[in-house]
Amino acid sequence: MSISRWLKTAVLAAVAGFAALSGTPNAQAQGTVRAVMHSDLKILDPIWTTAYIQRNYGYMVYDTLFATDADGQVKPQMIEHYEVSPDQLTYTMTLREGLLWHDGKPVTAEDCVASIKRWGAKDTMGQKLMTFVKDMPVVDAKTFKIVLSTPTGLVLAGLGKPSSNVPFMMPKRVAETSPNEQISDTTGSGPFVFKRDEWKPGDKAVFVKFDKYKPRAEPPSGLAGGKVVKVDRVEWKVVADQQTAMNALFAGEVDYIEQPQHDLLPLMKADKNVKLVDVNPLGNQYALRFNSTAKPFDNPKIRQAVLYALNQEDFLKATIGDPQYYKVCKAMFVCGAPLASTKGMDGLLESNFAKSKALLKEAGYDGTPVVLLHSTDLQVLTNLAPVAKSLLEKGGFKVDMQSMDWQSVVARRAKKDPPAQGGWNAMLTSWVSADILNPVSTAFLNASCDKAPFGWPCDTELERLRDQFARETDPAKQKAIAEAVQVRWTQYPTHVFLGQWYQPSAVRKSIDGIIVAPVPVFWNMTKSGA
Amino acid sequence: MLAYIGRRLLATIPVMAVVAVFVFMMLRLASGDPAAIIAGNAATAQDVIDIRQKLGLDRPIVTQFFIWLGHVLTGDFGESFFYKKQVAEIIADRAGPTLALAACTLGLSVLIAVPLGVVAAYRHGTWLDRVVMGFSVLGFSVPVFVVGYALIYLFAIRLNWLPVQGYQPLADGVAGFFARLILPSLTLSVIYIALIARITRTSVLEVLGEDYIRTARAKGLSNRVVLMRHALRNAAVPIVTVIGIGVTLLIGGVVVTESVFSIPGLGRLTVDAVLARDYPTVQAVILLFSLAYVLINLLVDVAYTLLDPRIRY
Repeated sequence: MSISRWLKTAVLAAVAGFAALSGTPNAQAQGTVRAVMHSDLKILDPIWTTAYIQRNYGYMVYDTLFATDADGQVKPQMIEHYEVSPDQLTYTMTLREGLLWHDGKPVTAEDCVASIKRWGAKDTMGQKLMTFVKDMPVVDAKTFKIVLSTPTGLVLAGLGKPSSNVPFMMPKRVAETSPNEQISDTTGSGPFVFKRDEWKPGDKAVFVKFDKYKPRAEPPSGLAGGKVVKVDRVEWKVVADQQTAMNALFAGEVDYIEQPQHDLLPLMKADKNVKLVDVNPLGNQYALRFNSTAKPFDNPKIRQAVLYALNQEDFLKATIGDPQYYKVCKAMFVCGAPLASTKGMDGLLESNFAKSKALLKEAGYDGTPVVLLHSTDLQVLTNLAPVAKSLLEKGGFKVDMQSMDWQSVVARRAKKDPPAQGGWNAMLTSWVSADILNPVSTAFLNASCDKAPFGWPCDTELERLRDQFARETDPAKQKAIAEAVQVRWTQYPTHVFLGQWYQPSAVRKSIDGIIVAPVPVFWNMTKSGA
Repeated sequence: MLAYIGRRLLATIPVMAVVAVFVFMMLRLASGDPAAIIAGNAATAQDVIDIRQKLGLDRPIVTQFFIWLGHVLTGDFGESFFYKKQVAEIIADRAGPTLALAACTLGLSVLIAVPLGVVAAYRHGTWLDRVVMGFSVLGFSVPVFVVGYALIYLFAIRLNWLPVQGYQPLADGVAGFFARLILPSLTLSVIYIALIARITRTSVLEVLGEDYIRTARAKGLSNRVVLMRHALRNAAVPIVTVIGIGVTLLIGGVVVTESVFSIPGLGRLTVDAVLARDYPTVQAVILLFSLAYVLINLLVDVAYTLLDPRIRY
């Protein structure tokens, strides 16, 4: 045998030997779903941070009193029934029978009251709700009341809030932790138990079915209904490289990629074993945020000029590309959602540069450069700032675009320093639509000056309208107030919404029963052969 | 020799001190704020301030440095800002995959590159020599991630012989351990095979022209004995130097391979920690890498004396 033939045989034998020894790589436990999520799970407290990966973790481990269904309606979840007093000041909540914590102890009303308090201290909507709450007395082990000082529509909307921060129920001993301290106890009452001993940050997070979970009898709908777990185990794998994640999906090593890159979607679509599933029909919304405290955007008229200079399609084309995955939408509270309206939007977001320049002249814009933060390392955000720069310049602005990684943008946007000294004027980000469905939950509409998130807008009229929305319980009137908010926003822009985009998940065809909801959830999911 | 090793070990103390100051200051001076990252999108300014306070980042930098240094001197690298785990524990978890990958890569590289280099030198000027040198140029030129993706496509996707990604500890099964290490090790070793083969060839070629080789041949020794006992041993010093450099580069340079093959090692930990501005983790990992560099260089220097008795310290 020649050396080359011997070498070839040896290499093939070695590789084949290892392949045989290790078994077929995709021969996995049928009851295990392996998912590549959008981020590594680092923090185990979904109240302490608003990050989406913690929210997703929360839905695995914890349960909620109420939940939003596929039609956007808030439905009881842990609650068996609730009553509202005729004066709408007292909500009496009764828990379902048989709810247990993962340590086997029963869920009590005391646990829920403590959990609501912790959430209410941290979440924007929760904080608003708590301004109406006078008391939350515990009636018995299964019943508690929420007593209000004034009627508000926020009780159910808040407790059934689908996205960050979600009011997850925790045992009292855990919920009594200060909202500014991270919890470390992962005991929940949700459909999955977190396997802390198998948690390897940077590698994987493991959840197993909670055998004693008592699902509701109704079929699942959105985040509401029966959370019936049909697999034994879910593993969230950390695969930082998107190409590798896709290859692993093709090879059957993972079953699910939560957020594949848009440029890889055609390849995935073409694979016979993979399907694309749009689990979040409301999608996401791009936004440009102003720093309302620094020149030139401290002047609302100059911010209005931006509304005229920009248009949504340019941003969506540059980032998402395929029109199948984006929608131009002039409704602040998301097209397809209950409060969607285009009132006040005529002529805006159409790149009317002449109008933009006229407004700048009227406002006395002195050519102060706009410091625009450009995030360079997140694919879905990278192309936004260059588009904004180009359109703003055409609209008469001078723009100083500064490029940096996303975490530097995050640090920079928290600074109130003047833009020339390390501050900023504008930055771009994206929201999951579920976070921005009404004026109270939309963080960028919070115009309470120093108490508002970065950008710190300050407008008593916007705050008055948000407060009015919070007090209103009639959905029709709520919609009218939401429209008024949108009209006020056109006069006092706090941010610019730049269109909706959609993120399908890539899934092996062996996976079925995926719930359509704004949050990826793993109940009802089946894996062929399981 | 012992005195020399002792002196070298003592010399690591100022080196590590400089590294400690440098890393600490660089991180604090770089843009980014872990508190703002942790706080998330909807956080208020007060939320960020509260978190900074909790993390101790509101203190003067000098105070932060001495607090950290005090802990490091007692072996406490602190707690990760994000994972809420001891940094030492995180590093211990992540060191296994990186060390396994480095060891496999090094073993593979040496086993393939040294014989290739020796054969190329022995067959100097022939087609075999040109093939080996051609491979070397290719090995240097093709980026690691391209090799990685090509190997994944062939062996994992097309042939379905090996897994695409992941790591399995040795304790969970020898076969799975090696099955998951073959492709990343092959990927990473391409460049080291090229480097070591080239140096080996040059070094052996130089030695083959020496008088003592001619003498050995004149004595009637076989080619194998001449090459292995006389040529290779005398050519070993530069080869060992390159292998030493290779080891140090491997420890810090596995980031791309760890990303392409999704191996939860120290390389990815470092990148993740830097991106998240997880100061305690970055500081500890860089200190560890620096210590490894110093110790490996010391080992290489000691190895010289074993390979060449003329070298004395």
